[in-house]
Amino acid sequence: MGRVKNIARRSFLIGSAAILGGVAFGAWFVTRPTPNPLLDDLAEGEAALTPFVKITADGITLIVPRADVGQGIASTQAMLIAEELDIDPATVTLDPGQPHQAYFNGTVAADGLSFPGWDEGFVAETVRDLMMNVARLSGSQFTGGSSSTADLHETLRRAGATARETLKAAAAARTGVPRADLRTEDGHVVLPDETRIPYTELAAEAAGIEPVTDVPLRPASEWTRLGKPYQRLDIVAKSTGTQSYGIDVTLPGMLYAAVRANPGRGGGMASYSPDAALAMQGVRSVVEVDEGLAVIADNTWFAFKAAEALQVDWLPPDYPASSDAMWQALTDAHADEFQNSRLRDDGDVEAALSGAKVIEAEYRSPFLAHAALEPLNATVLVEDDAVTIWTATQVPHVVRDAAAEVTGIDAANVILHALPAGGSFGRRLDHDFVVQAIQIAASMPGTPIKTTWSREEDMTHDFPRPLHMSRGRGAVADGRVLACDLDSISPSLIASWFGRVFIVPPGPDAMLVWGAFDQPYAIPNYRVTGYAAPPLMPIGSWRSPGACSNSFFHESFLSELIHAAGADPLEERLRLIDHADSRRVLEAVGEMSNWSGADIGPGRGRGIAFAYTHGVPVAEVIDVTLTERGIRIDEVWIAADCGTVFDPVNAEAQLTGAAVYGLGHAMNCELTYDNHTVQQTNFDAFEGMRLRQTPKFHTRLLGQAEKVRGLGEPATAPAAPALADAIFAATGQRLREMPFNRSVDFA
Amino acid sequence: MDLTINGTIHTVNLPDDMPLLWALRDGLNITSVKYGCGIAQCGACTVHIDGEAVRSCQVALGDVWGEIKTIEALGTPDALHAIQRAWIDHQVAQCGYCQSGQIMQAADLLSRNPEPSDDDIDAAMSGNLCRCGTYPRIRAAVHAAASAMREA
Repeated sequence: MGRVKNIARRSFLIGSAAILGGVAFGAWFVTRPTPNPLLDDLAEGEAALTPFVKITADGITLIVPRADVGQGIASTQAMLIAEELDIDPATVTLDPGQPHQAYFNGTVAADGLSFPGWDEGFVAETVRDLMMNVARLSGSQFTGGSSSTADLHETLRRAGATARETLKAAAAARTGVPRADLRTEDGHVVLPDETRIPYTELAAEAAGIEPVTDVPLRPASEWTRLGKPYQRLDIVAKSTGTQSYGIDVTLPGMLYAAVRANPGRGGGMASYSPDAALAMQGVRSVVEVDEGLAVIADNTWFAFKAAEALQVDWLPPDYPASSDAMWQALTDAHADEFQNSRLRDDGDVEAALSGAKVIEAEYRSPFLAHAALEPLNATVLVEDDAVTIWTATQVPHVVRDAAAEVTGIDAANVILHALPAGGSFGRRLDHDFVVQAIQIAASMPGTPIKTTWSREEDMTHDFPRPLHMSRGRGAVADGRVLACDLDSISPSLIASWFGRVFIVPPGPDAMLVWGAFDQPYAIPNYRVTGYAAPPLMPIGSWRSPGACSNSFFHESFLSELIHAAGADPLEERLRLIDHADSRRVLEAVGEMSNWSGADIGPGRGRGIAFAYTHGVPVAEVIDVTLTERGIRIDEVWIAADCGTVFDPVNAEAQLTGAAVYGLGHAMNCELTYDNHTVQQTNFDAFEGMRLRQTPKFHTRLLGQAEKVRGLGEPATAPAAPALADAIFAATGQRLREMPFNRSVDFA
Repeated sequence: MDLTINGTIHTVNLPDDMPLLWALRDGLNITSVKYGCGIAQCGACTVHIDGEAVRSCQVALGDVWGEIKTIEALGTPDALHAIQRAWIDHQVAQCGYCQSGQIMQAADLLSRNPEPSDDDIDAAMSGNLCRCGTYPRIRAAVHAAASAMREA
């Protein structure tokens, strides 16, 4: 990193003390291997050669512990193992496994620190290592933060290699042929005379020998699956209606439940009457659950209708009643006593601005629902000494522990069937809906009960992306950006979400300023300050948390400064960028789009934005046209670099899908509140992008970055500012508040 | 009440005003038909009645006017329909939750218009929401399916 190095270190001093407390366990404890959970319940003749590979006489099972919420990670995990194990992953069983320390996610913990991803200095790397060990010790098995591939790619390939060599060792012991003379192919060990021994036949013998762990990984040049176009393993099921999701779970004797919770989150109940609901057809009972009531009935529709009929006197929650009051709370928090971080402070902003013509702007980003298409649900069976749960979750370890806490049953007797999700976008990082389902099932032991939230419950009781605002001050000189001072104001996501599922780490909330403080620009006078507003209400991680708002603020304000300087939006960004990977994606997107400025003719406009999130630099160029029906997005070019691409067909889908998600919400989505209650309760008022509005996409993954990173989120953040920039180029109107349909119409 | 679904007659004992969606899902365990919104805004529950795509969340059981077809009638993993083949070839699905509805909507379009333009596809498919943003591949897959079906 050349000039960009003046990230303030104060946060490190606060953060490291607590982290060092974790290290006091001793290096031997921190670094010893995590136990293999598959060894606990092996039958005779079965082998669990690593925590990720189980082989029996009947077949091979790969443990793929990261949750597939649509991003295709189940397939990627299987392919990573298969590349070294020499099996066809389409012929084996994939199992998410039970939550266990062996499946901890260190990367997501390390990414939450106050260091930008491109800072590879000693301090940053050391603290990252410490944080990974905290995650390892606590068995934190998150799926999130675009971290799965980054965290597991080496672990899974190593698991495949260990299993392969151990099977070869078993074959060597059986045949007397040295292991070095054996090879493997399509689930078989092959002898020099071409005799083929199926892995499944070797399981019993392999279980009896020490796993061979000292195995070098195959270089990319030898890969036969990774990096090549392949189909997701779930694609046939998902194209034929045969994929089963949590909402499809059907069990003998199962009953169905619906929830009616206080629309003011956390408000509680003064009183209620279940009588009207209990009198309705097919209703079995009414149960008190966290935040409200549930109805158990003979089918989901009876339960939904009866839940609506419940008469409840809700108590008001403790957050402001209206959106106006919430914005006022945020505005009021732009004050010294709310300052939470100043993680970027280069040059001398105050000196640069004094005497200069100061450019100022204020930006706003609304509350947003995750609104995955599969409404939240969980099926639970509570028995005397066991809890069985069927659901889709990004926090299986948290679900397991919650089940134990709610029922008093030992966590070892909680069985979680982790299922593919019909979307998530961060929502399943919370487990409130599972807790309710457990409470409901606990009221009727021995009967499995499927709890499904109505769409209206799902929208009303989200942990939304938080309200976020920003104020920028800046100056330009001699055709260049001279100073950029950005204040970012929002309730603390870390305080809210981590408080529910982990621990609130000490020190500043880096997520509050993700997408702003950590951008690899070398602006000579450059400052980013975070202000943590009062909590307002429980909030959650929404695809590219922090950055999904901050990138809009940061890139929009940078565009305003560049425009004031009279510079070209791409050229000036290239001049300011001081990070090779980031420079390359900007150059690539310029080349792909034949960039020659924002002016692409009358009635049209071209915009650009860049964001570095989750360790991935992404640049996007967007063309729009003004039509009689409104603004039409014509084309989008995306260049990104996540390092080695293992799963190219899916990677492209993640880029375009993330951009559609970012664009659709920027166009027309917001949650507003009145009387403490969300006003948008279904897709008629929270539409996102439709097919007719979808532009043509052009994508490129450069594959040159050194570190492997994930793509579920990174293309989300730059989409909104690139669109705003294009609209400015076409209309001269700066859009500083999302959603943009508050100001303009879209075709 | 008798319902003809994918060529088989099923007898259900459920109220007339119950949405067909829930009769299929909870009554008959045909779970390929998805609940997404309940108000005809997402299209995840799309099935065919007498060959026409309808939102099953908006059809009361007592109002069902003809034979119901769900995606199982179109094709199965072992005997794929050309539309499903195209959906697989273009690897359309991400979470996949909306795709049964998308495919049934596309089947309706292609039965009426064997060579749809982009505008035709936009008009026919824009009622089907995909939160993962698979739209570019849906467009490509509809074109590919149309082409394959014309050549068949």
